[in-house]
Amino acid sequence: MHTDIHTDWAAVRNDFPILRESVNGRPLVYFDNAATSQKPQVVIDALVDYYSRYNSNVHRGVHSLSQQATSAFEAVRKQVQGFISARHEAEIIYTRGTTEAINLVAQSWGSLEVMEGDEILITGLEHHANIVPWQMLCERTGAKLVVVPINDAGEVSLQDFAEKLNPRTRMAAFSWISNALGTVNPVFEMVALAQAQGTRTLVDAAQAAPHSIIDVQALGCDFLVFSAHKMLGPTGVGILYGRLEILEQMPPVQGGGDMIKEVRFEKTTYNELPLRLEAGTPNIADVIAFGKALEYLQQLGMENIELREQELLAYATAQLKQLSGIQLVGTAADKRCVLSFLIEGAHPYDVGVLLDQMGIAIRTGHHCAQPIMDRFEIPGTCRASFAFYNSFEEIDRFVTALQKAQKMLS
Amino acid sequence: MSSFENIQQQLVEDFGFLEDWEDKYAYLIDLGKSLQPLDAAYKNENYLIKGCQSKVWLHAELEGDRIRYFADSDAFISKGIVALLVKVLDGQKPEEVLHGNLFVIDQIGLAAHLSPNRANGLGSMLKQMRAYALAYLTKTQNA
Ligand SMILES: Cc1ncc(COP(=O)(O)O)c(C=O)c1O
Repeated sequence: MHTDIHTDWAAVRNDFPILRESVNGRPLVYFDNAATSQKPQVVIDALVDYYSRYNSNVHRGVHSLSQQATSAFEAVRKQVQGFISARHEAEIIYTRGTTEAINLVAQSWGSLEVMEGDEILITGLEHHANIVPWQMLCERTGAKLVVVPINDAGEVSLQDFAEKLNPRTRMAAFSWISNALGTVNPVFEMVALAQAQGTRTLVDAAQAAPHSIIDVQALGCDFLVFSAHKMLGPTGVGILYGRLEILEQMPPVQGGGDMIKEVRFEKTTYNELPLRLEAGTPNIADVIAFGKALEYLQQLGMENIELREQELLAYATAQLKQLSGIQLVGTAADKRCVLSFLIEGAHPYDVGVLLDQMGIAIRTGHHCAQPIMDRFEIPGTCRASFAFYNSFEEIDRFVTALQKAQKMLS
Repeated sequence: MSSFENIQQQLVEDFGFLEDWEDKYAYLIDLGKSLQPLDAAYKNENYLIKGCQSKVWLHAELEGDRIRYFADSDAFISKGIVALLVKVLDGQKPEEVLHGNLFVIDQIGLAAHLSPNRANGLGSMLKQMRAYALAYLTKTQNA
């Protein structure tokens, strides 16, 4: 990875064909990156290339196409391993997304290590994907879900987190960056605190992987999960990273092809990792295209991306603070890429509709994090979320549009 | 032309005078603001329409052979949309609500934004209004 301070960000925009689209007669301003990112041409081309030249099932055929598809598919596993600095390739499990990865852990690992009276610790910042699977596990086992509260700035304090940890806490599952507020959690300290208590950790990196350097060995977590579609890749691909010692113990939750060694009606023996946890024909084309997304990110350089995105967020935040009648929701000291706000006296839905009229795509609502909205006693927020390919001019247009909406809704 | 169609025609004309989207939306918001207030007794879970991002409450009553609609919302645009529907459907016969030709949405120039499959709740509002109409129709026929 390298930092290139001379990146021509205007040229970078040209790599993303959708940024040339118009919406309601105006050039699109896409500020819904936390929901899903846009895709560079290389990723789109990789899909067409795969289906045009070497579409074939993986891990099965001796014929050339199958081998070509298999090596491309497996090469991405190696790439992901590198991207997050995992020790072993077998620690990378392909899933459909973050949601499926968390459910896999809750079901499989949960069936091994969680019993009645145990506790699962999450934070008040979590996406529903990091709440509901644990609630389901608790229902199955009689374990208890414990939630670390957040403060008025939308932060989790380490002290509160430490206080909730106890010898019955089997798992601490928390997001690295909040999709609703942009808060960056002190994940290194959280993992260390949990480990000291003998608690397993799962880091929801869905919002971190697109924007920061991830080193799972330095972080020391047991599991880390993210989605390809939020980091320039296609939908339908997610990554579950797990420490090998733990993954090796985990029973498969789905049975079928690819995950077996031998099938006899009397007894079936399972395949080795990672295939043991990947039953059935995987999402071959999208995994291969995800490899191109990772390559693209690494060529730009994650430090470089992080700096750019911090500048965009700082600029947008400063602009919004100058307007009157705007309330920022989530004012954590450490924030990334997400600007959640309200126009006083206006429902977020109204703001979203009017901005859409002006070609600006933001998200409105609870952002799959209803408990956060309840915490602030609001129905939802307007959320602008940025990616490196966004520009300062787009932020200016957004601010002007916001003022217009504000006027129309007063 | 029935009053059902007349009201729609009038709305189509009113919106027709407005050229750009700002004016159309401003008009829609004004329609919402002029909506008869909904009794606070109906602003609860039971009267909430599912499937809207904002809160939309709807209540209906039968008055003779006519159906009366009362509504409110916590968002300006949703309130405008529901006000538009109330303007057309309030005071009609249940049959008209169920089977009448509702052309106003397509013709006021906001069709792209008010299409029922967008996340604006229009589809859910209409469905709920028709559900009331069907319930009252059954009731009057059985009476
Ligand atoms: C923090 C966080 N966790 C989990 C998810 C769920 O990801 P997916 O829908 O890709 O499974 C998201 C996506 O919105 C997210 O932002």
